Amino acid sequence: MGEKRLMVDVNDVTIRFNLASQKIDNLKEYFIKLVKRELMFQEFLAVKNINLKVHAGEAWGLIGTNGSGKSTLLKAISGILKPYKGNITVNGSVAPLIELGAGFDKDMTARENIFLNGCVLGHTQQYMKEHFDEIVDFAELHDFIDSPLKNFSSGMRARLGFAIATMVKPDILIVDEILAVGDIKFRQKCMKRMDEMLSNGTTLLYVSHSINEVKRLCDHALWINKGEEVMQGEVNEVCDAYVKEMKG
Amino acid sequence: MNIKQNKFAQYLSEFWKYKDLLKLLVSKNIKLKYRRSFLGYLWSILNPLFIMIVMAVVFSTMFRRSIENFPLYLFCGQLLFNFMNRSTTQAISSITGSGALLKKTYVPKYIFTLARITSGLVDLLFSFGALLIVMIATRASFTWHALLFPLVLVQLYFFCVGLGLFLAQANVFFKDIQYIYNAVTTAWMYLTPIFYDIQMLPEKLQWLVKHFNPMYFYVGQFRDLVWANRLPGFGIVAAGCLCAVLALIIGVWSFMRSKDKFILYI
Repeated sequence: MGEKRLMVDVNDVTIRFNLASQKIDNLKEYFIKLVKRELMFQEFLAVKNINLKVHAGEAWGLIGTNGSGKSTLLKAISGILKPYKGNITVNGSVAPLIELGAGFDKDMTARENIFLNGCVLGHTQQYMKEHFDEIVDFAELHDFIDSPLKNFSSGMRARLGFAIATMVKPDILIVDEILAVGDIKFRQKCMKRMDEMLSNGTTLLYVSHSINEVKRLCDHALWINKGEEVMQGEVNEVCDAYVKEMKG
Repeated sequence: MNIKQNKFAQYLSEFWKYKDLLKLLVSKNIKLKYRRSFLGYLWSILNPLFIMIVMAVVFSTMFRRSIENFPLYLFCGQLLFNFMNRSTTQAISSITGSGALLKKTYVPKYIFTLARITSGLVDLLFSFGALLIVMIATRASFTWHALLFPLVLVQLYFFCVGLGLFLAQANVFFKDIQYIYNAVTTAWMYLTPIFYDIQMLPEKLQWLVKHFNPMYFYVGQFRDLVWANRLPGFGIVAAGCLCAVLALIIGVWSFMRSKDKFILYI
Protein backbone atom coordinates (compact mmCIF):
# COMPACT_ATOMS: atom_id res chain seq x y z
CA MET A 1 0.00 0.00 0.00
CA GLY A 2 1.29 3.39 -0.99
CA GLU A 3 0.14 6.53 0.68
CA LYS A 4 -2.95 6.70 -1.50
CA ARG A 5 -5.00 3.95 -3.05
CA LEU A 6 -4.68 3.56 -6.79
CA MET A 7 -8.20 3.93 -8.17
CA VAL A 8 -7.71 3.80 -11.90
CA ASP A 9 -4.70 2.31 -13.60
CA VAL A 10 -4.56 2.76 -17.34
CA ASN A 11 -1.59 0.79 -18.53
CA ASP A 12 -0.28 1.40 -22.04
CA VAL A 13 -3.77 1.34 -23.54
CA THR A 14 -4.51 1.39 -27.25
CA ILE A 15 -8.06 1.39 -28.55
CA ARG A 16 -8.76 0.35 -32.09
CA PHE A 17 -11.78 0.85 -34.25
CA ASN A 18 -12.39 -1.22 -37.33
CA LEU A 19 -13.52 1.25 -39.86
CA ALA A 20 -14.90 -0.87 -42.64
CA SER A 21 -14.03 0.95 -45.83
CA GLN A 22 -17.68 0.60 -46.75
CA LYS A 23 -20.07 -0.16 -44.00
CA ILE A 24 -21.29 -3.68 -44.57
CA ASP A 25 -24.12 -4.53 -42.26
CA ASN A 26 -26.03 -7.28 -43.95
CA LEU A 27 -25.33 -10.85 -44.92
CA LYS A 28 -26.08 -10.41 -48.61
CA GLU A 29 -23.45 -7.72 -49.13
CA TYR A 30 -21.02 -9.55 -46.88
CA PHE A 31 -21.10 -12.66 -49.03
CA ILE A 32 -20.87 -10.68 -52.25
CA LYS A 33 -17.81 -8.83 -50.97
CA LEU A 34 -16.36 -12.04 -49.58
CA VAL A 35 -16.66 -13.80 -52.91
CA LYS A 36 -15.23 -10.80 -54.76
CA ARG A 37 -12.49 -10.53 -52.12
CA GLU A 38 -13.25 -6.91 -51.47
CA LEU A 39 -13.62 -7.24 -47.74
CA MET A 40 -11.19 -4.70 -46.39
CA PHE A 41 -10.87 -3.07 -43.07
CA GLN A 42 -9.15 0.11 -42.27
CA GLU A 43 -7.66 0.38 -38.85
CA PHE A 44 -8.15 3.45 -36.81
CA LEU A 45 -6.49 3.93 -33.45
CA ALA A 46 -8.57 6.28 -31.34
CA VAL A 47 -6.26 6.09 -28.35
CA LYS A 48 -2.56 5.23 -28.55
CA ASN A 49 -0.38 3.98 -25.71
CA ILE A 50 -1.90 6.06 -22.98
CA ASN A 51 -0.70 5.67 -19.40
CA LEU A 52 -2.62 7.17 -16.54
CA LYS A 53 -2.56 6.50 -12.82
CA VAL A 54 -5.30 8.08 -10.79
CA HIS A 55 -5.11 7.92 -6.99
CA ALA A 56 -7.97 8.19 -4.53
CA GLY A 57 -9.33 11.70 -4.13
CA GLU A 58 -7.63 13.14 -7.17
CA ALA A 59 -9.53 15.05 -9.80
CA TRP A 60 -8.27 14.73 -13.33
CA GLY A 61 -9.28 16.89 -16.23
CA LEU A 62 -8.96 15.55 -19.75
CA ILE A 63 -8.37 18.19 -22.36
CA GLY A 64 -7.75 18.21 -26.08
CA THR A 65 -9.37 19.20 -29.33
CA ASN A 66 -12.49 17.53 -30.73
CA GLY A 67 -11.93 13.95 -31.78
CA SER A 68 -8.71 13.58 -29.82
CA GLY A 69 -9.89 10.47 -27.99
CA LYS A 70 -10.93 11.91 -24.62
CA SER A 71 -14.39 10.39 -24.63
CA THR A 72 -13.10 7.11 -25.98
CA LEU A 73 -10.68 6.89 -23.09
CA LEU A 74 -13.45 7.62 -20.59
CA LYS A 75 -15.63 4.96 -22.17
CA ALA A 76 -12.84 2.44 -21.83
CA ILE A 77 -12.43 3.32 -18.15
CA SER A 78 -16.21 2.93 -17.64
CA GLY A 79 -16.04 -0.54 -19.15
CA ILE A 80 -18.14 0.33 -22.19
CA LEU A 81 -15.25 -0.28 -24.57
CA LYS A 82 -12.57 -2.93 -24.27
CA PRO A 83 -9.02 -1.78 -25.02
CA TYR A 84 -7.32 -3.42 -27.98
CA LYS A 85 -3.95 -3.48 -26.25
CA GLY A 86 -2.90 -2.82 -22.68
CA ASN A 87 -5.18 -3.06 -19.71
CA ILE A 88 -7.27 -0.96 -17.40
CA THR A 89 -7.77 -1.70 -13.74
CA VAL A 90 -10.47 0.09 -11.81
CA ASN A 91 -10.86 -0.26 -8.06
CA GLY A 92 -14.24 0.84 -6.86
CA SER A 93 -17.64 1.70 -8.22
CA VAL A 94 -17.87 3.94 -11.27
CA ALA A 95 -20.70 6.30 -12.14
CA PRO A 96 -20.25 7.32 -15.76
CA LEU A 97 -22.01 10.50 -16.79
CA ILE A 98 -21.20 10.14 -20.44
CA GLU A 99 -24.61 11.35 -21.41
CA LEU A 100 -27.24 12.20 -18.85
CA GLY A 101 -30.21 9.94 -18.74
CA ALA A 102 -28.84 7.41 -21.17
CA GLY A 103 -31.06 4.73 -19.74
CA PHE A 104 -34.25 6.73 -19.79
CA ASP A 105 -37.35 5.41 -21.49
CA LYS A 106 -39.41 8.28 -22.79
CA ASP A 107 -42.71 6.44 -22.50
CA MET A 108 -42.35 5.91 -18.77
CA THR A 109 -42.84 8.36 -15.96
CA ALA A 110 -40.01 10.08 -14.11
CA ARG A 111 -40.71 7.90 -11.09
CA GLU A 112 -40.31 4.69 -13.07
CA ASN A 113 -37.25 6.07 -14.82
CA ILE A 114 -35.50 6.80 -11.55
CA PHE A 115 -35.70 3.13 -10.66
CA LEU A 116 -34.78 1.99 -14.14
CA ASN A 117 -31.77 4.29 -14.35
CA GLY A 118 -30.62 3.35 -10.86
CA CYS A 119 -30.71 -0.31 -11.80
CA VAL A 120 -28.82 0.41 -15.01
CA LEU A 121 -26.11 1.86 -12.80
CA GLY A 122 -26.09 -1.40 -10.85
CA HIS A 123 -28.14 -0.56 -7.76
CA THR A 124 -30.94 -2.52 -6.19
CA GLN A 125 -34.54 -1.38 -6.16
CA GLN A 126 -34.40 -1.21 -2.38
CA TYR A 127 -31.44 1.18 -2.50
CA MET A 128 -33.25 3.41 -4.98
CA LYS A 129 -36.35 3.48 -2.80
CA GLU A 130 -34.25 4.78 0.10
CA HIS A 131 -32.75 7.58 -2.01
CA PHE A 132 -35.84 8.40 -4.04
CA ASP A 133 -36.80 11.57 -2.17
CA GLU A 134 -33.27 12.93 -2.22
CA ILE A 135 -33.13 12.53 -5.99
CA VAL A 136 -36.45 14.27 -6.57
CA ASP A 137 -35.43 17.08 -4.23
CA PHE A 138 -32.17 17.68 -6.02
CA ALA A 139 -33.72 17.57 -9.49
CA GLU A 140 -36.58 19.84 -8.32
CA LEU A 141 -39.13 17.89 -10.30
CA HIS A 142 -41.79 17.33 -7.64
CA ASP A 143 -44.63 18.49 -9.86
CA PHE A 144 -43.71 16.28 -12.78
CA ILE A 145 -42.81 13.04 -11.06
CA ASP A 146 -45.69 11.07 -12.55
CA SER A 147 -45.69 12.46 -16.07
CA PRO A 148 -44.03 10.58 -18.90
CA LEU A 149 -40.50 11.61 -19.70
CA LYS A 150 -41.28 12.49 -23.31
CA ASN A 151 -42.93 15.65 -22.02
CA PHE A 152 -39.74 16.79 -20.29
CA SER A 153 -37.37 19.36 -21.72
CA SER A 154 -33.75 18.37 -22.27
CA GLY A 155 -32.74 20.48 -19.30
CA MET A 156 -35.19 18.68 -17.03
CA ARG A 157 -33.92 15.33 -18.23
CA ALA A 158 -30.35 16.41 -17.58
CA ARG A 159 -31.29 17.47 -14.06
CA LEU A 160 -32.88 14.12 -13.34
CA GLY A 161 -29.95 12.23 -14.84
CA PHE A 162 -27.39 14.18 -12.85
CA ALA A 163 -29.40 13.77 -9.65
CA ILE A 164 -29.54 10.00 -10.04
CA ALA A 165 -25.93 9.54 -11.04
CA THR A 166 -24.48 11.64 -8.24
CA MET A 167 -26.90 10.57 -5.54
CA VAL A 168 -25.52 7.09 -5.51
CA LYS A 169 -22.10 8.02 -4.03
CA PRO A 170 -19.70 6.35 -6.45
CA ASP A 171 -15.99 5.97 -5.72
CA ILE A 172 -15.19 7.29 -9.16
CA LEU A 173 -17.24 9.84 -11.04
CA ILE A 174 -16.73 10.14 -14.77
CA VAL A 175 -18.15 13.31 -16.29
CA ASP A 176 -18.12 13.98 -20.01
CA GLU A 177 -19.33 17.45 -20.98
CA ILE A 178 -22.85 16.97 -19.88
CA LEU A 179 -23.66 20.14 -18.07
CA ALA A 180 -23.96 22.29 -21.16
CA VAL A 181 -27.76 21.98 -21.30
CA GLY A 182 -28.70 23.09 -17.79
CA ASP A 183 -29.44 26.68 -16.84
CA ILE A 184 -26.93 28.72 -14.84
CA LYS A 185 -28.55 27.97 -11.54
CA PHE A 186 -28.46 24.26 -12.14
CA ARG A 187 -24.89 24.34 -13.43
CA GLN A 188 -23.84 26.02 -10.21
CA LYS A 189 -25.73 23.44 -8.22
CA CYS A 190 -23.96 20.66 -10.13
CA MET A 191 -20.58 22.28 -9.56
CA LYS A 192 -21.35 22.53 -5.87
CA ARG A 193 -22.39 18.89 -5.74
CA MET A 194 -19.17 17.85 -7.46
CA ASP A 195 -17.14 19.96 -5.05
CA GLU A 196 -18.87 18.24 -2.17
CA MET A 197 -18.21 14.84 -3.60
CA LEU A 198 -14.57 15.72 -4.16
CA SER A 199 -14.12 16.84 -0.60
CA ASN A 200 -15.74 13.57 0.52
CA GLY A 201 -13.02 11.67 -1.30
CA THR A 202 -14.66 10.80 -4.60
CA THR A 203 -12.25 10.52 -7.48
CA LEU A 204 -13.18 12.55 -10.53
CA LEU A 205 -12.42 12.22 -14.22
CA TYR A 206 -13.66 15.26 -16.06
CA VAL A 207 -13.84 16.18 -19.72
CA SER A 208 -14.64 19.72 -20.68
CA HIS A 209 -13.72 22.30 -23.24
CA SER A 210 -14.06 24.98 -20.66
CA ILE A 211 -10.53 25.37 -19.35
CA ASN A 212 -11.78 27.49 -16.47
CA GLU A 213 -14.03 24.72 -15.20
CA VAL A 214 -11.22 22.22 -15.46
CA LYS A 215 -8.90 24.53 -13.55
CA ARG A 216 -11.51 25.12 -10.89
CA LEU A 217 -12.50 21.48 -10.31
CA CYS A 218 -9.37 19.48 -11.04
CA ASP A 219 -5.92 19.20 -9.56
CA HIS A 220 -4.36 17.20 -12.39
CA ALA A 221 -4.81 17.20 -16.12
CA LEU A 222 -4.06 15.01 -19.10
CA TRP A 223 -3.76 16.57 -22.52
CA ILE A 224 -4.24 14.27 -25.47
CA ASN A 225 -4.05 15.02 -29.15
CA LYS A 226 -5.05 12.54 -31.88
CA GLY A 227 -5.04 9.74 -29.34
CA GLU A 228 -1.55 10.42 -28.05
CA GLU A 229 -0.53 11.95 -24.78
CA VAL A 230 0.97 15.38 -25.11
CA MET A 231 1.42 16.20 -21.47
CA GLN A 232 0.18 15.22 -18.05
CA GLY A 233 0.67 16.63 -14.60
CA GLU A 234 -0.40 19.52 -12.44
CA VAL A 235 -3.55 21.16 -13.77
CA ASN A 236 -2.37 24.73 -14.27
CA GLU A 237 0.82 23.78 -16.06
CA VAL A 238 -0.97 21.50 -18.51
CA CYS A 239 -3.86 23.89 -19.11
CA ASP A 240 -1.59 26.85 -19.70
CA ALA A 241 0.50 24.88 -22.15
CA TYR A 242 -2.68 23.77 -23.92
CA VAL A 243 -4.10 27.28 -24.15
CA LYS A 244 -0.77 28.59 -25.43
CA GLU A 245 -0.65 25.89 -28.10
CA MET A 246 -4.24 26.58 -29.16
CA LYS A 247 -3.66 30.29 -29.45
CA GLY A 248 -0.26 30.04 -31.05
CA MET B 1 -9.09 -24.24 -14.00
CA ASN B 2 -9.05 -21.93 -11.04
CA ILE B 3 -9.10 -18.87 -13.24
CA LYS B 4 -12.05 -20.28 -15.16
CA GLN B 5 -13.94 -20.92 -11.94
CA ASN B 6 -13.18 -17.41 -10.81
CA LYS B 7 -14.48 -15.98 -14.04
CA PHE B 8 -17.64 -18.00 -13.75
CA ALA B 9 -18.19 -16.78 -10.20
CA GLN B 10 -17.61 -13.24 -11.44
CA TYR B 11 -20.32 -13.63 -14.08
CA LEU B 12 -22.71 -15.00 -11.50
CA SER B 13 -22.12 -12.17 -9.07
CA GLU B 14 -22.53 -9.67 -11.88
CA PHE B 15 -25.83 -11.26 -12.84
CA TRP B 16 -26.92 -11.07 -9.21
CA LYS B 17 -26.00 -7.40 -9.07
CA TYR B 18 -28.16 -6.63 -12.09
CA LYS B 19 -31.10 -8.91 -11.27
CA ASP B 20 -33.26 -5.93 -10.31
CA LEU B 21 -32.59 -4.41 -13.71
CA LEU B 22 -33.85 -7.61 -15.34
CA LYS B 23 -36.94 -7.48 -13.17
CA LEU B 24 -37.60 -3.85 -14.06
CA LEU B 25 -37.05 -4.37 -17.78
CA VAL B 26 -39.48 -7.27 -17.83
CA SER B 27 -42.16 -5.34 -15.96
CA LYS B 28 -41.48 -2.33 -18.20
CA ASN B 29 -42.01 -4.41 -21.36
CA ILE B 30 -45.26 -5.79 -20.03
CA LYS B 31 -46.51 -2.48 -18.68
CA LEU B 32 -45.80 -0.62 -21.90
CA LYS B 33 -47.53 -3.31 -23.90
CA TYR B 34 -50.79 -2.96 -22.04
CA ARG B 35 -50.65 0.52 -20.59
CA ARG B 36 -52.86 2.35 -23.00
CA SER B 37 -55.29 -0.41 -23.83
CA PHE B 38 -58.72 -0.45 -22.31
CA LEU B 39 -58.82 -4.16 -21.62
CA GLY B 40 -55.23 -4.27 -20.38
CA TYR B 41 -53.93 -7.66 -19.33
CA LEU B 42 -57.13 -9.25 -20.59
CA TRP B 43 -55.63 -8.99 -24.09
CA SER B 44 -53.14 -11.72 -23.14
CA ILE B 45 -56.11 -14.03 -22.78
CA LEU B 46 -58.41 -12.67 -25.46
CA ASN B 47 -55.89 -12.39 -28.26
CA PRO B 48 -54.85 -16.08 -28.44
CA LEU B 49 -58.42 -17.09 -27.76
CA PHE B 50 -59.74 -15.18 -30.78
CA ILE B 51 -57.06 -16.56 -33.08
CA MET B 52 -57.71 -20.06 -31.78
CA ILE B 53 -61.45 -19.78 -32.40
CA VAL B 54 -60.89 -18.58 -35.96
CA MET B 55 -58.40 -21.34 -36.67
CA ALA B 56 -60.58 -23.96 -35.01
CA VAL B 57 -63.55 -22.95 -37.13
CA VAL B 58 -61.49 -23.05 -40.31
CA PHE B 59 -59.59 -26.25 -39.67
CA SER B 60 -61.96 -28.31 -37.62
CA THR B 61 -63.93 -29.43 -40.66
CA MET B 62 -60.70 -30.71 -42.18
CA PHE B 63 -59.30 -32.51 -39.17
CA ARG B 64 -62.32 -33.16 -37.03
CA ARG B 65 -62.42 -36.89 -37.56
CA SER B 66 -58.77 -37.60 -36.94
CA ILE B 67 -58.08 -35.37 -33.92
CA GLU B 68 -60.06 -35.56 -30.73
CA ASN B 69 -60.86 -32.24 -28.99
CA PHE B 70 -59.35 -30.25 -31.84
CA PRO B 71 -59.59 -26.78 -30.19
CA LEU B 72 -57.44 -27.86 -27.25
CA TYR B 73 -55.01 -29.72 -29.53
CA LEU B 74 -54.61 -26.61 -31.65
CA PHE B 75 -54.36 -24.27 -28.70
CA CYS B 76 -51.53 -26.19 -27.00
CA GLY B 77 -49.41 -26.03 -30.13
CA GLN B 78 -50.27 -22.47 -30.92
CA LEU B 79 -49.47 -21.09 -27.45
CA LEU B 80 -46.04 -22.68 -27.29
CA PHE B 81 -45.07 -21.88 -30.84
CA ASN B 82 -46.21 -18.28 -30.52
CA PHE B 83 -44.15 -17.84 -27.37
CA MET B 84 -41.05 -19.13 -29.12
CA ASN B 85 -41.72 -17.07 -32.22
CA ARG B 86 -42.54 -13.82 -30.48
CA SER B 87 -39.88 -13.90 -27.80
CA THR B 88 -37.02 -14.77 -30.16
CA THR B 89 -38.20 -12.21 -32.73
CA GLN B 90 -38.20 -9.62 -29.94
CA ALA B 91 -34.78 -10.81 -28.81
CA ILE B 92 -33.24 -10.17 -32.24
CA SER B 93 -33.40 -6.42 -31.79
CA SER B 94 -32.61 -6.51 -28.07
CA ILE B 95 -28.99 -5.42 -28.51
CA THR B 96 -29.34 -3.11 -31.50
CA GLY B 97 -32.40 -1.49 -29.91
CA SER B 98 -30.52 -0.75 -26.69
CA GLY B 99 -27.60 0.75 -28.58
CA ALA B 100 -28.02 4.24 -27.15
CA LEU B 101 -27.74 2.89 -23.63
CA LEU B 102 -24.92 0.44 -24.30
CA LYS B 103 -22.81 3.25 -25.76
CA LYS B 104 -23.06 5.29 -22.59
CA THR B 105 -22.98 3.03 -19.60
CA TYR B 106 -21.65 -0.37 -18.78
CA VAL B 107 -24.44 -2.94 -18.41
CA PRO B 108 -24.06 -6.66 -19.01
CA LYS B 109 -25.50 -6.86 -22.51
CA TYR B 110 -27.21 -10.23 -22.23
CA ILE B 111 -29.63 -8.69 -19.69
CA PHE B 112 -31.53 -7.06 -22.54
CA THR B 113 -31.91 -10.30 -24.48
CA LEU B 114 -32.87 -12.17 -21.34
CA ALA B 115 -35.48 -9.51 -20.52
CA ARG B 116 -37.20 -9.90 -23.90
CA ILE B 117 -37.41 -13.70 -23.61
CA THR B 118 -38.58 -13.50 -20.00
CA SER B 119 -41.28 -10.96 -20.91
CA GLY B 120 -42.51 -13.46 -23.49
CA LEU B 121 -42.62 -16.15 -20.84
CA VAL B 122 -44.66 -13.96 -18.50
CA ASP B 123 -47.03 -13.24 -21.38
CA LEU B 124 -47.33 -16.98 -21.99
CA LEU B 125 -48.19 -17.57 -18.35
CA PHE B 126 -50.95 -14.95 -18.63
CA SER B 127 -52.29 -16.77 -21.67
CA PHE B 128 -52.67 -19.93 -19.64
CA GLY B 129 -55.87 -18.36 -18.38
CA ALA B 130 -57.16 -18.75 -21.92
CA LEU B 131 -55.99 -22.36 -21.97
CA LEU B 132 -58.02 -23.03 -18.85
CA ILE B 133 -61.07 -21.46 -20.49
CA VAL B 134 -60.64 -23.68 -23.54
CA MET B 135 -60.27 -26.76 -21.34
CA ILE B 136 -63.43 -25.95 -19.42
CA ALA B 137 -65.41 -25.00 -22.52
CA THR B 138 -64.51 -28.21 -24.32
CA ARG B 139 -65.02 -30.29 -21.16
CA ALA B 140 -61.52 -31.67 -21.45
CA SER B 141 -60.46 -34.09 -18.76
CA PHE B 142 -58.07 -32.52 -16.29
CA THR B 143 -55.59 -34.83 -14.57
CA TRP B 144 -52.49 -34.37 -12.44
CA HIS B 145 -50.35 -34.75 -15.56
CA ALA B 146 -51.23 -31.22 -16.59
CA LEU B 147 -49.57 -29.89 -13.44
CA LEU B 148 -46.20 -31.04 -14.79
CA PHE B 149 -46.29 -28.35 -17.48
CA PRO B 150 -43.51 -26.23 -15.89
CA LEU B 151 -41.03 -28.99 -16.77
CA VAL B 152 -41.74 -28.38 -20.45
CA LEU B 153 -41.64 -24.61 -20.08
CA VAL B 154 -38.18 -24.74 -18.47
CA GLN B 155 -36.81 -26.63 -21.46
CA LEU B 156 -38.50 -24.29 -23.92
CA TYR B 157 -37.37 -21.19 -22.01
CA PHE B 158 -33.72 -22.20 -22.09
CA PHE B 159 -34.03 -23.16 -25.73
CA CYS B 160 -35.40 -19.68 -26.51
CA VAL B 161 -32.72 -17.95 -24.42
CA GLY B 162 -30.01 -19.77 -26.37
CA LEU B 163 -31.61 -19.05 -29.72
CA GLY B 164 -32.33 -15.44 -28.73
CA LEU B 165 -28.72 -14.80 -27.67
CA PHE B 166 -27.42 -16.22 -30.91
CA LEU B 167 -29.80 -14.15 -33.04
CA ALA B 168 -29.27 -10.96 -31.04
CA GLN B 169 -25.50 -11.05 -31.48
CA ALA B 170 -25.75 -11.97 -35.15
CA ASN B 171 -28.14 -9.09 -35.78
CA VAL B 172 -25.56 -6.59 -34.52
CA PHE B 173 -23.28 -7.45 -37.43
CA PHE B 174 -25.87 -8.32 -40.05
CA LYS B 175 -29.03 -6.26 -39.94
CA ASP B 176 -30.91 -8.51 -42.35
CA ILE B 177 -31.00 -11.40 -39.87
CA GLN B 178 -34.44 -10.27 -38.75
CA TYR B 179 -35.89 -10.57 -42.25
CA ILE B 180 -34.26 -13.92 -42.85
CA TYR B 181 -35.50 -15.18 -39.49
CA ASN B 182 -39.01 -14.08 -40.34
CA ALA B 183 -38.99 -16.38 -43.36
CA VAL B 184 -37.46 -19.17 -41.29
CA THR B 185 -40.15 -19.05 -38.61
CA THR B 186 -42.93 -19.14 -41.21
CA ALA B 187 -41.52 -22.34 -42.65
CA TRP B 188 -40.86 -23.59 -39.13
CA MET B 189 -44.49 -23.07 -38.18
CA TYR B 190 -45.77 -25.16 -41.08
CA LEU B 191 -43.25 -27.88 -40.26
CA THR B 192 -44.48 -28.08 -36.68
CA PRO B 193 -47.65 -30.09 -36.12
CA ILE B 194 -49.69 -27.23 -34.66
CA PHE B 195 -52.98 -27.57 -36.54
CA TYR B 196 -52.44 -30.97 -38.12
CA ASP B 197 -51.44 -34.40 -36.91
CA ILE B 198 -47.86 -35.46 -37.58
CA GLN B 199 -49.14 -38.72 -39.10
CA MET B 200 -50.55 -36.74 -42.02
CA LEU B 201 -47.12 -35.78 -43.30
CA PRO B 202 -45.29 -37.90 -45.89
CA GLU B 203 -43.03 -40.43 -44.21
CA LYS B 204 -39.71 -38.82 -45.05
CA LEU B 205 -40.82 -35.40 -43.84
CA GLN B 206 -42.28 -36.98 -40.73
CA TRP B 207 -38.91 -38.51 -39.93
CA LEU B 208 -37.16 -35.16 -40.38
CA VAL B 209 -39.64 -33.29 -38.19
CA LYS B 210 -39.52 -35.92 -35.48
CA HIS B 211 -35.74 -35.80 -35.32
CA PHE B 212 -34.73 -32.25 -36.11
CA ASN B 213 -37.54 -29.90 -35.14
CA PRO B 214 -37.05 -28.83 -31.51
CA MET B 215 -40.52 -27.33 -31.39
CA TYR B 216 -41.94 -30.76 -32.09
CA PHE B 217 -40.35 -31.99 -28.85
CA TYR B 218 -41.81 -29.19 -26.74
CA VAL B 219 -45.25 -29.09 -28.32
CA GLY B 220 -45.40 -32.91 -28.20
CA GLN B 221 -44.51 -33.08 -24.50
CA PHE B 222 -46.93 -30.32 -23.61
CA ARG B 223 -49.73 -32.00 -25.52
CA ASP B 224 -49.04 -35.33 -23.86
CA LEU B 225 -49.52 -33.68 -20.48
CA VAL B 226 -52.42 -31.34 -21.13
CA TRP B 227 -54.31 -32.85 -24.07
CA ALA B 228 -53.68 -36.61 -23.86
CA ASN B 229 -53.30 -36.75 -20.05
CA ARG B 230 -50.29 -39.01 -20.06
CA LEU B 231 -46.58 -38.83 -19.34
CA PRO B 232 -44.44 -38.05 -22.39
CA GLY B 233 -42.06 -40.76 -23.56
CA PHE B 234 -38.44 -40.77 -22.45
CA GLY B 235 -37.16 -40.13 -25.97
CA ILE B 236 -39.02 -36.89 -26.52
CA VAL B 237 -38.08 -35.51 -23.07
CA ALA B 238 -34.43 -36.35 -23.59
CA ALA B 239 -34.47 -34.77 -27.05
CA GLY B 240 -36.13 -31.62 -25.65
CA CYS B 241 -33.54 -31.28 -22.88
CA LEU B 242 -30.68 -31.93 -25.28
CA CYS B 243 -31.91 -29.24 -27.69
CA ALA B 244 -32.30 -26.75 -24.86
CA VAL B 245 -28.75 -27.39 -23.61
CA LEU B 246 -27.30 -27.28 -27.12
CA ALA B 247 -29.09 -24.02 -27.97
CA LEU B 248 -27.93 -22.51 -24.70
CA ILE B 249 -24.31 -23.52 -25.27
CA ILE B 250 -24.27 -22.20 -28.83
CA GLY B 251 -26.08 -19.00 -27.82
CA VAL B 252 -23.87 -18.22 -24.83
CA TRP B 253 -20.69 -19.11 -26.66
CA SER B 254 -21.44 -16.96 -29.71
CA PHE B 255 -22.59 -14.09 -27.51
CA MET B 256 -19.52 -14.14 -25.27
CA ARG B 257 -17.22 -14.33 -28.26
CA SER B 258 -18.60 -11.23 -29.93
CA LYS B 259 -19.99 -9.07 -27.12
CA ASP B 260 -16.91 -6.84 -26.88
CA LYS B 261 -17.25 -5.95 -30.55
CA PHE B 262 -20.90 -4.86 -30.33
CA ILE B 263 -20.05 -1.30 -29.46
CA LEU B 264 -18.19 -0.83 -32.73
CA TYR B 265 -21.21 -1.80 -34.79
CA ILE B 266 -24.28 -0.40 -33.01
